Parts: sequence; structure tokens; C-alpha cells
Amino acid sequence: MSEVTLTCVVCPAACELKVLSLPSGEIRVEGAGCARGVEYAKQEVLDPRRVVITVVKVKGGDLPVVSVKTSQRVPKSRIAEIMRATAEVVADAPVEIGQVVAVCPGGVELVATRRVKASADQRAQGGLRENAGQHVLKVE
Amino acid sequence: MLETKLDLVVVGGGPAGIAAASKACELGMKVGLVENREVLGGIPLQCVHTGFGVHVFGEDLTGPEFVYRLIDRLQRADVGLFLKSHVHSIELKAFDEKIVTVLSPKGVQRLYAKAVVFSTGARERTAFEIGVTGERPDGVYTAGEAQTLMDLYGLMPGRRVVIIGSGDVGLIMARRFALEGAEVKAVIEVLPYPGGSMRNVVSCLRDFGIPLYLSHRVVSIRGGKRVEKVVVAKVDEEMRPVPGTEFEVECDTVVVAAGLRPNVELLEKMGAALDPATGGPVVNETLETTVPGVFAAGNALVINDLVDYAVEQGERAAEGAHEFVSNRSGSVAWKRVVKGRNVRLIVPHYVSGERDVVFYARVKSPERRVFFELLGSDLKLYQQGVRPSEMIRLRAPSSAISNLGDRLVFQVRPLE
Repeated sequence: MSEVTLTCVVCPAACELKVLSLPSGEIRVEGAGCARGVEYAKQEVLDPRRVVITVVKVKGGDLPVVSVKTSQRVPKSRIAEIMRATAEVVADAPVEIGQVVAVCPGGVELVATRRVKASADQRAQGGLRENAGQHVLKVE
Repeated sequence: MLETKLDLVVVGGGPAGIAAASKACELGMKVGLVENREVLGGIPLQCVHTGFGVHVFGEDLTGPEFVYRLIDRLQRADVGLFLKSHVHSIELKAFDEKIVTVLSPKGVQRLYAKAVVFSTGARERTAFEIGVTGERPDGVYTAGEAQTLMDLYGLMPGRRVVIIGSGDVGLIMARRFALEGAEVKAVIEVLPYPGGSMRNVVSCLRDFGIPLYLSHRVVSIRGGKRVEKVVVAKVDEEMRPVPGTEFEVECDTVVVAAGLRPNVELLEKMGAALDPATGGPVVNETLETTVPGVFAAGNALVINDLVDYAVEQGERAAEGAHEFVSNRSGSVAWKRVVKGRNVRLIVPHYVSGERDVVFYARVKSPERRVFFELLGSDLKLYQQGVRPSEMIRLRAPSSAISNLGDRLVFQVRPLE
């Protein structure tokens, strides 16, 4: 039997939760002020997940990086691996909001959360690719 | 000199200003929006984390995503934009005539307006304001500076970081540094409880094993050319360092996340009364300051936790300005809003009782199982827990207010 203490983040009450994993496989939650706290505790113990937010490099943009988020919540244990993968990604400007800029191992999509226009230089050189959205980078 | 006649000038193009300008335009006013940067959007542009728009759009968005949605709305309205423009001064010519002098790329411009909405946001408090002494090496940033470097320009300010202040901004920056591979040595908080929400304490610090020192303060920063370490001490109840409790933390970067103060310089110059508790102006239920026809919204009014509240205030200020311009705001016997037990601040300060009002309040200290209530009325809001870092929002129907006398006392009352 294992025991974990958590602070519930569902509401500002921030209940201190004690989560017991019984040998039968049952999860018992103590200290929760409401049912949502129990759900939170079970999820946190069985399969904690987070949306990862970061920035990746952009080539030829008016800003050197674009902010991204994972398209879904990913297992907490994989965050470090995803962060290492995002460090290698270079997207081509322009980047449109909502565009998938890379697919990380395991099929996790990185979606742009900011608009990055092509820089004035890039536009002047005529090197602007109109449909940068189709050039999705694969990071292995 | 360029001169423009308008109904309303909105000063500041962040979320509150964009919302105010859009709303005023939708109400049929002729609106000018003045922004000193070359882009609209304000601070959320550099906030790559989620938590924006849960109330306004019913979605958990990042800062830039949220801002683009607001700008889309603005673009459907016919608002005169003055970008890269700085408001030099506002002259009160008559009750319903203000002259806003703007330094713009086209030269000095005069905007004649009947009403003005202030949505100038807030500024970050600095290390000097919170009593951090010592040397002045490179490597000391405010949280906003560090955020701009990392999330707009992709530059790491440093590798071994100490963060001063555990408000939401400090916690979120701790997580950003940790995610990018920096070592966050400590978050130092002078109060005995975290300055930010418990949600952020858990998801930003505990997820990454970052130590949080409560009731501690950084007393000095040491280093020659670059930060080498900070000296930290425990504090007593009066927040004074306790001699003999000092210890050092080696680091190359100090991030100061010591809270925000409303930008109210121009309002002050115009003679608007300020509330020492909020740092912002004293306002009535339409968010009008004590200067007739001058309104405030967003962090210039009161430091908000949620951008959604800033947007809500922007819209309310626009409605107030519309009433003012339409000359429908007659003389009113105002009821004063009074802070009762465990209430640190509350906005607005004066109400008429003739309409519903949304109140924004903060408590002085954390408490569990309480009612936030209006004394002498049925209006009460049960809260499992309240904390100074979590703003309480309460909509009061006019029926709850109108029967009360000239003082409305809000208080926090324990259940038992």
C-alpha cells in the first residue's frame, strides 16, 4: 500500500489530500472537500498529465522564436523528453497561430500560439514560402 | 497640428483597452485607441502559458491566442488606432471636453474627446522598492524582463536562478526557467504564505521540485560583474530580517517578481483621487474616477488575477463612457463601499443602488470556510477558502443594494 499527499488545485480552497493506493488496486482519497477533489487526486496518482508550453526557433521571422503548446495534455514523465526535442525544432516564417510546427516522438503535436511574420529581409529576398504550414518538421 | 474630434479616447492597448475600444465602438461612439508600442495586446503577448480566457471565451488559451481573439473583435469595429504613440498630457477643458496631447510618428496630435478610458496597465515593482541591497552586478531582472527575453526573443537570462516573490508571475517564471533546463535554486517569499494561487504553487514549483522559502527575504545581492550569490534571511512578524538566520544561495541570476503597481501618473496629474489599498483610482460603479468622464479599467484600476476581469472592466468603462457622453448620468446620491472584517481592498468604491454591480475584492489573510457577504443584505458568497492572491468577484443585484443606507459594508465571515 502506498500513500501520497497532494494539494488539490481544483479550487482556491486547496484541500490537503491523502491518497492511498490499496493492494486491491482501489484508490482511496481522504481530505477532499468535494467530489472534484477525489477525481483530481485519482488522475494525479494514476496518470498525471500537463500541457507543455515553450518556445521554438523560427527562421526568417520578425521574431526569433514562436510560442507553442502541445495539442493535448501529455504524461508528466515525458515532459523532459519533449522539451529536449523542442530545442531542436526550427520553424520557417511565417508561422500562423494554430499551425502545427513540429511533431515530437509519440505523435505529440506542437501548435503555434503566436503569429510570427516573415522578417522584412526575408520578404525582400523573395525567399518567402507562402505555405509554411505544410512543412511540418519531424523530430526523431 | 493634427487635430481629431472623438467621443472617447482609450489610453493603452492591452486587453482592457482593446475591450473598452471595441465595446464603445459597438455602442456607436467615435473612438481613438492610443498605444505606445507598435503592437496592440499588452502584456499577454509575452505570456506563453495557458490560463487566459476561461471566462471570456470559455477556453483555456495562452496569452497571445487570447489577445488575437480580442484584436479580431477590434478589427470588426471602426476604431482609430494611434500606435507608437505616447500620451503626453490630458487637459480638462470643460466638463465634457478633454484634450489629449499625443506624441505620434506623425508628430504631435491633439485628440478632442468627451470621455477618456485609462487602461494603462501596471508596472513591476523593482528590487529597490522591496529593500534588496548590496552590489549591482549584471544578472538582475524583473520577471517581465526575463519573460520578454525568453519568450519573445528566445534568450536565456541565466542558468542558476533565484526568484524573489511567489506571486503568480514569480511562480510561472520559475516553471519557465526549469522547463528550459535552468536550475531554479529557490523562490523566496517574505509572507508566511505563497503569494500566488495554490494551483501555481503545485504546477510550477512542486512539479519541478523547486524549494519555496516562506517568511524569508533576500537582504542583499553579491557579485562583481555578474551575480554570484544572494544573502537570504528569515523574517519576523514585522517582516524584518532576524539577525543570525542569514544564509547564502549561489546563483548567476536574480528574478524580481515583487508584484505590480497600477500606472496612474497621468490620472494623478489630473487630480483623480487614489485608493492606497489598490494603488489605483477611486471609482464609482461605472468605473468613472473622481474626474468626471474619466474612467479606469484593467490593471490600471486594480491588479487583477485574471485577464478576463480586465476585459470585463474595459467593457464596463466603455458603457460608463457611453452614458456620460449621452448625458444620461444625472446627479446621484452615492453609497460608500466600506471594507469590513478581513477585506484588504474592494472596487468599485461608490455605488448608486440603481443597478447591478460587479465587485472585485481581496482578503487580508487566508481563511477557510467563509462567507463573503454584504452586511444587512441576503447577498453572500460561500468560499471553501480565500487567499489574498485570489481575487473574489461578486455580482450584486441592485435589489440587494438599493434598500441599504449610505454605507455598504463587505466582510468575510467564518461559517462557524
